[in-house]
Amino acid sequence: MIKVEGLTKRYARTVAVDNISFEVEKGQIVGFLGPNGAGKTTTMRVLTCFLPPSEGKATVAGFDVLENPMEVKKRIGYLPETPPLYPEMEVVEYLNFVGKLKGIASGEIPQRVDDVMRRCAVADVRNKLISKLSKGYRQRVGLAQAIIHNPDVLILDEPTSGLDPKQIIETRELIRSLAGDHTIILSTHILTEVEQSCERVIIISSGKLVAIDSVANLTNRLRGSEAVAVELEATEGRPNPSEVQQRLEQVSGVSRVVMKDSRNGRLAFEVESLQGRQIRADLARTVVNSGWNLNELRSVGLSLEDIFLQLTASEQKDTVGAKE
Amino acid sequence: MKSILLICQKELKSYFASPIAYLLMAFFGLIFGFGMFTATRDFVRFSFQMQMQGGGAPMSVNEQIIRPLLGFGSTISLFLVPMITMRLFAEEKRSGTIELLLTSPVTDTQIIVGKWLGAMLLYLCILLMSVVNVALLFAWGKPDVAPVLVAYLGLLLQAGCLLAIGEFISTTTRNQIIAGGVTFFVCLMLWLLNWFTSFDSGTLATIVNYLSIVTHFDNFAKGVIETKDVIFYLSMIFFALFITSRSMESLRWRS
Repeated sequence: MIKVEGLTKRYARTVAVDNISFEVEKGQIVGFLGPNGAGKTTTMRVLTCFLPPSEGKATVAGFDVLENPMEVKKRIGYLPETPPLYPEMEVVEYLNFVGKLKGIASGEIPQRVDDVMRRCAVADVRNKLISKLSKGYRQRVGLAQAIIHNPDVLILDEPTSGLDPKQIIETRELIRSLAGDHTIILSTHILTEVEQSCERVIIISSGKLVAIDSVANLTNRLRGSEAVAVELEATEGRPNPSEVQQRLEQVSGVSRVVMKDSRNGRLAFEVESLQGRQIRADLARTVVNSGWNLNELRSVGLSLEDIFLQLTASEQKDTVGAKE
Repeated sequence: MKSILLICQKELKSYFASPIAYLLMAFFGLIFGFGMFTATRDFVRFSFQMQMQGGGAPMSVNEQIIRPLLGFGSTISLFLVPMITMRLFAEEKRSGTIELLLTSPVTDTQIIVGKWLGAMLLYLCILLMSVVNVALLFAWGKPDVAPVLVAYLGLLLQAGCLLAIGEFISTTTRNQIIAGGVTFFVCLMLWLLNWFTSFDSGTLATIVNYLSIVTHFDNFAKGVIETKDVIFYLSMIFFALFITSRSMESLRWRS
């Protein structure tokens, strides 16, 4: 449905998107993940024909964004980061306007407008001025605007930003309910959002592609190794730190042991496991069998956040991205 | 065409949804009314004097009231135009609604022409305020209708140019104040151009004079439709709208 090949977008001095290629199949929900300023919005703007690419090709439903922008625009619904609303219009009036703008036959408009207002739960504010709406309602009117012409492709730029937790859940459900009929790309910098609503993830960082994979694969791979904090009681140099470290390293499944602290009568270590190994039980047993006093044993986990930071901070394109 | 009308309608609605349309209409109505008052007062005084002294050239409502009055209207337009056009694109750029327009299946030309038409219609509404005054002249005097209509046509054409120029300037910034200020300056310069050169002759003076938008209104004010004036206005409108579309295009590439 969407095909991007070698897409590069340069601004006057900076390269916003650097040689990105990916494909999205029909009916998929794809999460576009990256820190702020990574080039998510730029890529989306190219796909919606708002910006022309500097290099490379992007096609939507087989139409090139440069050669056939009209056909692409007909098939795309776009919710930019700030919903494009006219504050002086009423909700119904606005949706009517967008409906006509998107080229819906005027006979069908009232029905389409009613339909999207119901789906996006904005029917109760239909006659309110948009300037009087709360942030949550604005976001949903923005979403209604994006789906009014029943587009093949939906492009949502941070659809849940600025919403309260309840609204976030509702919006995610709404997005999920749209999948199937629509191919959806949504951008976000919130990882749980991707986990909860997307099938595939594209991670980009400073304009470069870092990883493309299914959410399940990515989280499995990234969550495979865990880190455990171990703290022992220490009195007058006993037990001997280097001895403890050695013993812990010998536990099966441990890849690395780092001493964190040895003051105030305690010894603190951080132990990392190999991929997919559970080590906490073995660690506890080792400590107790050695006759040491165990103060604390806590999984500090390598959260998706840590992994994401790792991925986006350094160039790990080869290790993770190569498998796709 | 449908898209053009849709955008035109949207512009017109948003002018009338805010106080701006009413304010401009009120301003114009007041100032024009004031001009009307002084023009008729002078006319009446003058005609009394003529009667007392006897003789003199015959007086004409067309020549002595309507013509200067509509000329005055053309000057007021210079001040109105920036206030009409400054928001056209600057506001859409600031609020992000430009993304909706540019990602919808409409062409740049449709957007530009639609917005220009919307601005024209608002100007027409403003101009209608003056009809009250002119109608009074028809009620109490017997001026010719044709030259009045021609002068109105001239006003519309002149405003069409200025609005198109203003629209172009509005695409270059996201700040309405800047858009309005620059437009006002440009309108003022186009108006002043013929002051510099009105007593000069020579090629440069002729060219500069030709470019002054106000010069071309003079014939219309006299009730004369000159082909060269009409062509000047139409080609200026076309040219300004064309640069507007270039400007939008370049914004996409640079932004």
